[in-house]
Amino acid sequence: MPDQLVFAMEVFLNGLMAGVLYALVALGFVLIYKASGIFNYAQGVMALFAALTLVGIMEGQVPFSHLINAVFGTDVHHFGWHMPALVSILLTMAVMVFLAWAVNKLIFNHLVNQEPIILFMATIGLAYFMEGFGDIMWGADIKKLDVGLPQGINIPIDETTYGWFGYGFFIDNLDIVATVIAAILVVALVIFSQYTKQGRAMRAVADDHQAALSVGISLNFIWVMVWSLAGFVALVAGIMWGTKSGVQFSLSLIALKALPVLMLGGFTSIPGAIVGGLIIGVGEKLFEFSVGPLIGGATENWFAYVLALIFLVFRPQGLFGEKIIERV
Amino acid sequence: MLDAAETQTETLLEVNNIEVIYNHVILVLKGVSLKVPKGGITALLGGNGAGKTTTLKAISNLLASERGEVTKGNIQYRGERVQDLNPSDLVKKGVIQVMEGRHCFEHLTVEENLLTGAYTRGSSKSEIDADLEMVYNYFPRLKERRRSQAGYTSGGEQQMVAIGRALMSRPETILLDEPSMGLAPQLVEQIFDIVKSLNESEGYTFLLAEQNTNVALRFAHYGYILENGRVVMDGPAKELRENPDVKEFYLGMSDEGRKSFRDVRSYRRRKRWLS
Repeated sequence: MPDQLVFAMEVFLNGLMAGVLYALVALGFVLIYKASGIFNYAQGVMALFAALTLVGIMEGQVPFSHLINAVFGTDVHHFGWHMPALVSILLTMAVMVFLAWAVNKLIFNHLVNQEPIILFMATIGLAYFMEGFGDIMWGADIKKLDVGLPQGINIPIDETTYGWFGYGFFIDNLDIVATVIAAILVVALVIFSQYTKQGRAMRAVADDHQAALSVGISLNFIWVMVWSLAGFVALVAGIMWGTKSGVQFSLSLIALKALPVLMLGGFTSIPGAIVGGLIIGVGEKLFEFSVGPLIGGATENWFAYVLALIFLVFRPQGLFGEKIIERV
Repeated sequence: MLDAAETQTETLLEVNNIEVIYNHVILVLKGVSLKVPKGGITALLGGNGAGKTTTLKAISNLLASERGEVTKGNIQYRGERVQDLNPSDLVKKGVIQVMEGRHCFEHLTVEENLLTGAYTRGSSKSEIDADLEMVYNYFPRLKERRRSQAGYTSGGEQQMVAIGRALMSRPETILLDEPSMGLAPQLVEQIFDIVKSLNESEGYTFLLAEQNTNVALRFAHYGYILENGRVVMDGPAKELRENPDVKEFYLGMSDEGRKSFRDVRSYRRRKRWLS
């Protein structure tokens, strides 16, 4: 087998893995957009906030320690404990549920029946608020996150591929774990939204708020539920990205990469978010590998957006987006 | 005017002199009072913008999401004040609204639409399945289309879905808003026949808002005529059908030939006095 093809295969696999992470962020967007028509710009920051909180709880960091020390002249930084990863994840999830409740109580309850653009602006405000809030609460330094996920090159794959091609593929264990978790998450979410009572109510709310109210579905409950789910997805994404490249504020920028993913997959489709993520991940890696050298590289920065633009022209609802029902 | 039979039956729903204001400035209802007796079909009649839909939404508490509020008067269900409840609490109490313009969940299948109606119920799956069969019994057409997306069904089918969905909540009183809207006369007749048989054989109480006075007065027991946010006339449906003013202004017939504009004005004055 020619070397180029073997390399391309490795690039393809790595692209798939990167795509899974994009997809995880995109998934959070889809959930909230589907149920409330809100395009949640703050989804990326939510992932960051979740990761920061997780690290803080695990390391026993005192929240707002800089603020407390500055005001009271104390010198507190740590509670001096090390929380087990699983307990910390559960506690962080509780924080995300509280956040979901607070966001709905303080912001969106006051914006019922407003234009989508107003809701969108509110989420931009929320994004910057949470970024600053996370900063004050946990500090701005880059943190290492280790919840015990396996990391580093996967030896069996390396050896097997070496045996086949005479060239070992470099696949990160973390990426494999991320893929498995994302797959489980998607299957669970699809089952939830298609086959459970609350999932059905969620889709009903997405279709028609007024009618949902009229059959006795509480919009508030559904929205808090959906934001909590999105918070959970953000937490998973935050763990993956945080483990991979440290918990830092650039994490909130991955939200921007989720945008082309959504345009490709469709804003309302859970499987679409995954497929879109994979296409973008594979596409940008392969493009960089094949065309990149010819035009001076750095294509990964723009490839996703150009691809999304092309999609917008030819299939505006995305690959899996809900068909816009028009009866004639 | 009160019918002897009507005074004997229990009043389920009572609306006392309510005033509704939208957006804090737009006065839509200017003192509407009405009574809905148990087991009856009560019709709320009137033209566009008379306040029929607003009255129904005031009862079902869907006003809040449209920035409307009841500023005066009160609404009682079984003698209990209900105007501060959530729509979902009201559904649990047995009052459900079928909204104007059908409002199906377009991307859900017909069957899923029906199942959302049972949202507030804690019933077992077998009970819900039994009710689903009951709805399919009344609307056999829905059974055929149970797997198709509601958005792709016809207007008549969507109206059936909306009514069926309300039935799934096991209601006592159904507030039915403009079921004839946008439907062919034959379908309107069919829908009203079903409403009538639901009323007679299952004992559902209906409060029906309808522009189509002719059809509504044929099926209802009692009627209220709304104009400009006020009740201008009420009475048993039979009497309303015979009333010369109603005949002329709502049923489009008159035995005295054309009336001049002067008479129209005096009619309006008389009406105000009546209310």
